[in-house]
Amino acid sequence: MSKKTLYAIFDDEEVLLESVKELRSQDFEITEVYSPFPIHGLDHALGLKETRMAITAFIYGCIGLTFGGLLIYYTMISGIGKSWPMNIGGKPNFYFYQNIPSFVPIMFECTVLFAAHLMSITYLFRNKLYPGATTKSPDPRTTDDKFLMEIKVEGSDFEIKKILTSTGASEINEKNIDHE
Amino acid sequence: MHKESEIRDPLILGNKTYHDITRDIARPVEGKANKYWWILFGLSAMLFLWGVACIAYTIGTGIGVWGSNKTVNWAWDITNFVWWIGIGHAGTLISAVLLLFRQKWRMGINRSAEAMTIFAVVQAALFPLIHMGRPWLAYWVFPIPNQYGSLWVNFNSPLLWDVFAISTYFSVSVVFWYIGLIPDFAMIRDRMSSTISPMKKRLYTILSFGWSGRAKHWQRFEEVSLVLAGLATPLVFSVHSIVSMDFATSVIPGWHTTIFPPYFVLGALFSGFAMVETLLIIMRKVVNMEAYITIKHIEYMNVIILFTGSLVGTAYITELFMAWYSGVEFEQYAFLNRATGPYWWAYLSMMSCNVMIPQLYWIRKIRTSFIATFILSIFVNIGMWFERFVIIVTSLHRDFLPSAWTMFSPTFVDAGIFLGTIGFFFTLFLLYSRTFPVVAQAELKTILKSSGSEFKTRSHE
Repeated sequence: MSKKTLYAIFDDEEVLLESVKELRSQDFEITEVYSPFPIHGLDHALGLKETRMAITAFIYGCIGLTFGGLLIYYTMISGIGKSWPMNIGGKPNFYFYQNIPSFVPIMFECTVLFAAHLMSITYLFRNKLYPGATTKSPDPRTTDDKFLMEIKVEGSDFEIKKILTSTGASEINEKNIDHE
Repeated sequence: MHKESEIRDPLILGNKTYHDITRDIARPVEGKANKYWWILFGLSAMLFLWGVACIAYTIGTGIGVWGSNKTVNWAWDITNFVWWIGIGHAGTLISAVLLLFRQKWRMGINRSAEAMTIFAVVQAALFPLIHMGRPWLAYWVFPIPNQYGSLWVNFNSPLLWDVFAISTYFSVSVVFWYIGLIPDFAMIRDRMSSTISPMKKRLYTILSFGWSGRAKHWQRFEEVSLVLAGLATPLVFSVHSIVSMDFATSVIPGWHTTIFPPYFVLGALFSGFAMVETLLIIMRKVVNMEAYITIKHIEYMNVIILFTGSLVGTAYITELFMAWYSGVEFEQYAFLNRATGPYWWAYLSMMSCNVMIPQLYWIRKIRTSFIATFILSIFVNIGMWFERFVIIVTSLHRDFLPSAWTMFSPTFVDAGIFLGTIGFFFTLFLLYSRTFPVVAQAELKTILKSSGSEFKTRSHE
């Protein structure tokens, strides 16, 4: 049996979305969709799971808050503070809780710093984006104004092509992957 | 799909398609610079070099080359620092706060406003660095384990809060900006021919991080943008609050007030929007972005300027009232001296540029005119510089001991460094406008169908 990849090109994101819904309702598997901008509702139509980026940001924020708190506790209270308790501008550093108002700004900044940077790094890592990466979409026009649907087919592609054409694909290219 | 009311004005003018947006935004990067760009670039670079010379002179000789003296020990350096940091705030407000509020008009201007933020924070960060006198020891401001006994930075000090706030603000702004830039760099990469310009192609391939626009990537992109906006929003308010605490936690009459944090944040947004307008009104002409940065965008910004300007005016009056109401004669004198003392002209410039002139925006004709907006935005920039000058110098120059009373006069080095940072800022912005996609085209394409003028009339018929 021949294996091949179909590349269906669409000119409009709403047409593509309808086509995705149609194909999915007939239990065809869509490998990937490449688009020049985010399409609302496409992730649900494709059956993608919800992303967990926000959860990672929360965890990283908690790490940042803990880091900030421990840093200040060590440098101001338990480390030097223990040997030389100092009263700086009416802000005594004998105990952490007495002095917490003036520690809030830096603990907050540490929370934001950790959450924003570590989430962004996670995002780049999960998407395999890094300087020097040369992955591209199968068609360079997908960063301009074309929307591309990639479907891996085994056996007959007649049915899929029929749905793609009837739902408004402007062109369908294919690539045989027998020899790969 | 989201449909928008027909009475809302379009945000993208002309009969544009997705491909037109791509072409228009890639054009400044692909084309050659025109004569005006080179003239502006030459002027900015000359100012920048003059600033570098003045900085070198300061560091080589010492802070004594400035006009600051024993009584006025903080002057133009901190004035310029606060002014630049304030200007930086509009970028984050446009990209983060307006994203949370789902304001579509941010799409046309957010990229350039964020660029402006980053370049302005660079200028601001220069001043504390120069002021240290020994900038090669600048890393001492960070809590780094060291061999000087158990010597740590003081976490009670607002100056250290500033270090954390500004470094966080700068790095988070850069990350936020770059996450949005990746898809746009990919767009330019895919348009570049590897035979005609192989170097450029390689450069944009590296910059685009191998972006391909997969559905899962876009899903993550949107969530990351939203969370970064949520993190940047409290951050932007915290930064200028903390800057204001450099003054507010001291005991100097005129500085020691609880109104400072909100008043500084509003002033920052006020001056930041003015600078965005100054830059964008020129930029839309020079790089042909008239269809994407429209009079509607300018009008929305003018409304924000009117609003924040009125609040800043309220804060000025509240300050005067509180000085009188406090019953503290030093506090009362500090404010009386500001308005009627030897620096009355600075106070008058501040009041007229920040409080009275923006009130002209109540008039629709002025609010919707590019020329009037450009002129008024320059006034606001000047007014906000004077605000910081008034707060800093007039509070210091007549202190508790009349024998120490003095005046401040800047030297050519003070002026040179300030002009140098303006030159540096414009140099960076001009370079940016020729190498970066100046409008967030991927995001702009998502609003074409709801806010494009052609689509709006078509849906109406």
